[in-house]
Formats: sequence, structure tokens, C-alpha cells
Amino acid sequence: MEFLSDSVVLSRMQFALTALFHMLWPVLTTGMGIYLVIVEGVWLKTRNPDYYLHARFWSKFYVLNFGIGVATGIPMEFQFGTNWSRFSEAAGNFFGSVIGFEASWAFMLEAAFLGIMLFGWERVNPIIHYVSTILVAVGANLSTLWILTANSWMQTPAGGELVNGKFIVHDYFAAIANPFMKNSVLHMFFATLETSLFVIGGISAWYILNRRHEAFFSKSLKIALAAAIAVAPLQIYIGHLSGEQVYHYQPSKLAAMEAQWETTPAGQSADWSLLAIPNDKAQKNDWEITVPNALGYILEFKQKLTYPVRGLSEWKPEDRPHMIGLIYYAFRIMIGIGFFFAGLMLLSVLQWLRGKLSAENIAQQRWLMRAWVFAAPLGYIAVDSGWIVRCVGRQPWIVYGQIRTVDGASNIPASNVLVSLTSFAVVYSILFVGVLYFGSRIIRRGPNLELPVPGIEPDRPAVDTTPAEFVPDERPVEAQQ
Amino acid sequence: METLTYFLPQVWFVVLALFLLLYVMLDGFDLGVGILSLTSKDEERRGILMTSLSNIWDANETWLVLMGGGLFGAFPLAYGTILNALYIPIFVMIFGFIFRAVAFEFRELSNRKFFWNFAFGAGSFVAALGQGFALGAVLKGIAVDETGHFIGTSWDWLSWQSVLVALTLIQAYVLIGSTYLVWKTTGELQTTHYKTAKIAALTTLIGAIFITISTPIFYESARTRLFQQPLVYIFAVIPILGVLLIWQLLKSLNRQEERAPFLWTILLFVLTFLGLGLIVFPYIIPVKITIYEASADPSSLVIMIIFIGFLIPVMLFYNLYQYIVFRGKVTGGHYEG
Repeated sequence: MEFLSDSVVLSRMQFALTALFHMLWPVLTTGMGIYLVIVEGVWLKTRNPDYYLHARFWSKFYVLNFGIGVATGIPMEFQFGTNWSRFSEAAGNFFGSVIGFEASWAFMLEAAFLGIMLFGWERVNPIIHYVSTILVAVGANLSTLWILTANSWMQTPAGGELVNGKFIVHDYFAAIANPFMKNSVLHMFFATLETSLFVIGGISAWYILNRRHEAFFSKSLKIALAAAIAVAPLQIYIGHLSGEQVYHYQPSKLAAMEAQWETTPAGQSADWSLLAIPNDKAQKNDWEITVPNALGYILEFKQKLTYPVRGLSEWKPEDRPHMIGLIYYAFRIMIGIGFFFAGLMLLSVLQWLRGKLSAENIAQQRWLMRAWVFAAPLGYIAVDSGWIVRCVGRQPWIVYGQIRTVDGASNIPASNVLVSLTSFAVVYSILFVGVLYFGSRIIRRGPNLELPVPGIEPDRPAVDTTPAEFVPDERPVEAQQ
Repeated sequence: METLTYFLPQVWFVVLALFLLLYVMLDGFDLGVGILSLTSKDEERRGILMTSLSNIWDANETWLVLMGGGLFGAFPLAYGTILNALYIPIFVMIFGFIFRAVAFEFRELSNRKFFWNFAFGAGSFVAALGQGFALGAVLKGIAVDETGHFIGTSWDWLSWQSVLVALTLIQAYVLIGSTYLVWKTTGELQTTHYKTAKIAALTTLIGAIFITISTPIFYESARTRLFQQPLVYIFAVIPILGVLLIWQLLKSLNRQEERAPFLWTILLFVLTFLGLGLIVFPYIIPVKITIYEASADPSSLVIMIIFIGFLIPVMLFYNLYQYIVFRGKVTGGHYEG
């Protein structure tokens, strides 16, 4: 238990824990923000009240996730100072200002208009409400833009140089548009969207399986499916582009992702490892199943490699990532889920084209609906796996090739970090159980289909003209939804 | 160029002070309402208290996130060193925030509200306590070497001065929270908070007097700063203005005015902040590292003015807009049209 007295290791564990846990919530809010823009737009266009009720129903999940996203996001920002003060000082010129952009461009926009989106239905006209919904989605997605820009710069630092341990920016826009930036932002953007689509589809499928409001939920399922037709394949493609970039810019990470210990020179073909037990000490895989000559096809769609694939043993142990097994399997899990999503999408589209997803027939598609329910949590696992590959694979660097992780840490006693780390573990466990419990409660209660639709006078014939006795609704405003 | 290296850090010092002031006022009343909820006995009242914040608490808290991001970008050394030194109070504040934030969502969905009521109240209290200790420690000064790196111990922040600042800050939050509730509620609830506002105004005054007297006596750096020409005149006026404002505040509370108490309290916050800012300036890590030593490169500061500075009026505008949308009294757990 030597690591218990090492504040750097403990700080890394704390950052990993808080980041992996934090990531779960904005993933849903950023993706679902776009979904809410779609359903509210469809409602405004068609005036079909179902879509209004969809907007109200799904925004319950939005607000639950948003609160926890905010609560767990603040520790992320402050940890750069508390636990990684040397990194903050060295990289602050660029990295710090980007964190500032995220707060001013994204967080404030989302936070300010969220109130109107959630509680403003009766207070502003539908167009202003719709603009608020759009601005909430824009705000959420701008935070993807800035946080991925900041993280990409840690992967492929550009636009300046390290002078006396401090990063001096020469070209600000080159630092923003660093080599990884574009693909990383897109990959995360589609990850949030895809995760949200399969969460919405999965919850909808659960209702259909349980024969509750099938017609209502077949609508949300189909919107999710229609969006997934574009999103699922595109995500695989962008993932491939990201992999190609790792191959060029971060050879030690690629070697860890593929558990390649020996270098394969350019012009040769290499085996692709499908499953393996990597052994860090012996610098080889204790056991593996390989697909002969496949690595070239995976990286470049041809057998012979244009560039060498450098093996891990090329680096000294202190210059390459460790926990190879974690990186290797996290990578495979992410990819497996990406392909599972694409496959589920194709299968569902096939059934849709055969007319099996109509409101009357959809409940008969029991296995398909079960597969959607099964898919609901997978996006989260894929996203966290992707972040593990990205950031554990970057080690031993905090800024790849420039600043080592150990040199970025604060001067704090290990006992402090141990206490805060343990507190996070306890508190986040409580939150996790809480969200599962209250989230499943929202699901069990189901949508309130009796909710009055704003802006439309009921065209019921005026049979009963005597006003009913006025009973004020004393419940808090959320409960009235 | 020479002027730029002085001018830009000064601009950012003012901008960050503005963010912090907005935070302390806006989330200040949120936290104050949270602390007050601990004293409220029935469920309906607590429902009203939380409803009065439900649409704004996260936007208010975002000013702190913005201040943090701005400090990180504009004064990276200060960001690292101060947070490094304040490890414990910062995490105390963070855990307070976490409980307060989830209480809003979980309470709504829960049948057993007791636990989440407590999480809301205690979370607010703990967050305010962490902030008070942090503020007290920064005002007292942080132990650093020549390069500005923290060299103290992890309990440096705890002193009788920081305890005094923490207690006073909590009183001030209770005061602004009470006056906010006077504005936003009616009836019995409003009557209660006329009373809590009066009590908090007096306790805040006592705390402020102690701090004002003890600061020049115990801190040499503050003493030299306070008696500098021409600042000494400003520092002489601030306490007088402060007492006048509290006098006006108490008068407006006695007259049962609805909005004036909140506005007087806001002015009190602004005045106090001005005083603190003038004492601290030009230090960003009191009492050793100035804003010029800790600032980022001029090019970064310029870029940040372009990317953040120009958004300040926009952010203020849409924050104000949502206060307008949700104007009116909160009754029975929702807003009156």
C-alpha cells in the first residue's frame, strides 16, 4: 500500500475518479439538449401535443443530470489548482484561459436559460421558450468544444513552447486548433449525442416492453433511431480518424492501445491483437489471440504499414504508459460498444422499413426492445473507456512530450489527498445510488399526459360554462409537470 | 509595451474582482437562504425557500466558476498557489456545494424530504464556512517563497482571524438571504425574515467592527497600506459609509419596506468589497506576490479580454433577463404570475 503515502498517485486517482464520475452527467445533458430542441421544434411546427409532452417528460432527466453535472463539475475546475498547481502555473497561459472561455461561453449561457427552459413555460411565449431551449443546448455543446480543446492541447501541444518550465503561447489560434482538436471535439460531440439517443431509445423501449403508452414512446424511439442512422456510423468513422492521429502523434499511446511491445518497421505488416494479457514487467503479452496481418488494415486500410508502429519496449519504462491492460481493454470495450450501437441501429432500421415499428406492432418486437434497453447504459461505459484510453495512455505526461505528470503536482501532504479522495468515493457512491433510485422513480411514474399544453385554447365545445371551484395547486412547480 | 504589462493585469484584477463581487452577492443570498432553511420548522416554508432559488442557483454559482477560470487564465501562479494552500477549505466548500446542488433535485423526487432538507441547509452552511476560511486566509497572507510557490503547511488557513472572517461572512450571507426573502415572499414568512435580517445586520456589524479594528493592529502590511496617502482618506470614509448604510438598512426594515433592504445590503457588499480590494491591491497572493509577478503573458491577457471581456455585458444582460422573467413573489412553492 505504498501509494497511500504518495500524494501524486493519490491525486491522479482522485482526478480519475472525479473525472470519470463527472463525465456521466454532462454526456446526457449535452446530447439530450439537442434532442429537446428537436422535439420542441416538432411541437411548434406540428402543434401535436405529444411532442410538447415529450419535451416536458425528457427534461425531467435533463434537470436531474444537470444538477449533478454542476455539483461534480466544480471539483474538476478547482482540482487543477489544489492538486496540480505546478501544471496550472506552467500551462496557465493557454490552458487556464480556455477554462475561462468555457465558463463564460458555455456554463453561464446554459445555466441562465435553463431556468426559463424548465420553469418558464407559462412565463414567456413559445418562441422565447424555444430560443431558451436552443441556447441551453448551444451552451452545453460549447462546453464540449472548449473542454475538448483544452484536453486536446494536453495531447498535442501546439502554438508555443516551453520556456523555463512555462508554456509561452506564440500563436493562440494554433494552440486552439491543435492537431487533435477537431476530431476530438467531433468524437465527443457524437459520443454525447449517441449516448443520449440510446438512453432515450432504451427508456422508450422499456415502456413499450411494459405496454405503457406504446404509441407515445414509439415516437421518441423513432426520433432516436432516425438520428442514430447518421450518428452511429459517423462516430465509428471519426473514431477511426482519431486512431490514425494517435498513430502519428502519440506512438506510445498507440502501442499501449494495441499492446504492441516490439516495433514493426515501415513497409511490413503486423498482426493485430484481438485479446491479450499484457505483462508490464516482462514487456510482452503472456497470452494473446491475434489476427495475422490485420493491424495495417485497421490503421490504414492496407496490409503494409506506411509508418513504423513503435513497440512499447522502445521506450524506457519511465517514458511510456503503464497499466497497459487497462488501456488495451478500455479501447476494445469502447470500440465494441460503438459497433454494437451501429448493429442495433441497422437491425432496427430494417424492422422499421418492414413496418414492424408502427405503434400497433412495436410491442411485438420484444427482443429488439430488450436490446435497446440493454443498450441504454452502454454509451456511458464507452465514454468513460474512451477517456481512460485518452488520459491513461498519455502518461507519463500531463502535457504530452512536454510536462511530466509528477512535475505538475501540488505541494500537499498525502494524508490530505487521501481524505478528500475517500470523501469523494463515499459521496459519489451516495449520489450514484441516489440518481439510479430517483431516475428509476421518474421512469416508473411515467409521463404526465394530462399536462395542459400552453398557447393553445382548447377547442372543446363550451358545454360546461359554470366555472369550477378554483383549487390552487400547492405542490412545488416541478411536481406539476 | 511597458504600460501594457501594468495595465493588462490591472484590468484583469478589476474584472476578477467584479466576478467575485457578483458571486458573493448572488450566490451569497442563495447560501444565506440555505442557512436560514435550517431554522425553518415546516415543510411548506422550506418548499418556498427552495423554489425561490430553483431557477437561479446554478447561474449564481457559475460566477464562481467564471472567477476561477478567469483567475486560472489571467494569474496562473496565483491560481495554483492559492488553491494549493487552501486545499482543505476549498474541498470543504466543494462538498458543501455538492450536497446543496443535489438536494435541489433529490428533494423534489423524494418522499422522505428530511435528509435532503438537511443536505440543502448544511451544504449551504458548510460551503459558506469554507469560503469564509479561504477569504480569511488570503487576507491574512499565504506563505510563499520568492518564486511564489506555497511553502506553508496545510493548516495555515486556520487562525482566529480566519475564524472571525468566516463567522462574519456567514452573518453577511444570512443578512442578504433574509433581505432577498423579504423581497420574494409574503405574509408570515416575510415577517420572520424582517426579524432575521435585523439580527443578521447587527451581528454582521459586530463582525465587521472587529475585523476593521483588528486588521491594522495585527497586520503590518495592511497598516502601511491603510495609512498611505491618498488612500487613507478613502479608508477613513468606508467605515463611515458602512455605518450609514446599516443605519438605512435598519430603518427600511423597521418601515417594512420590501425591496429597499435588499438594495441597501447590496450596497453594503459593494462597499466592503471595495475596501477589501483596495487593501489587497496590487497583491494577488497577499502579501508577497503582486498581480504583475503572477500574471499570464500579455498576449494571453489580451486574448482573454477579447474572448471573455466582451461577453461580460452579454452575460449580465441575460442573467438580468431571467430575473425579470421570474420576477414576483414566491408563494406556495411556485411563482405568482
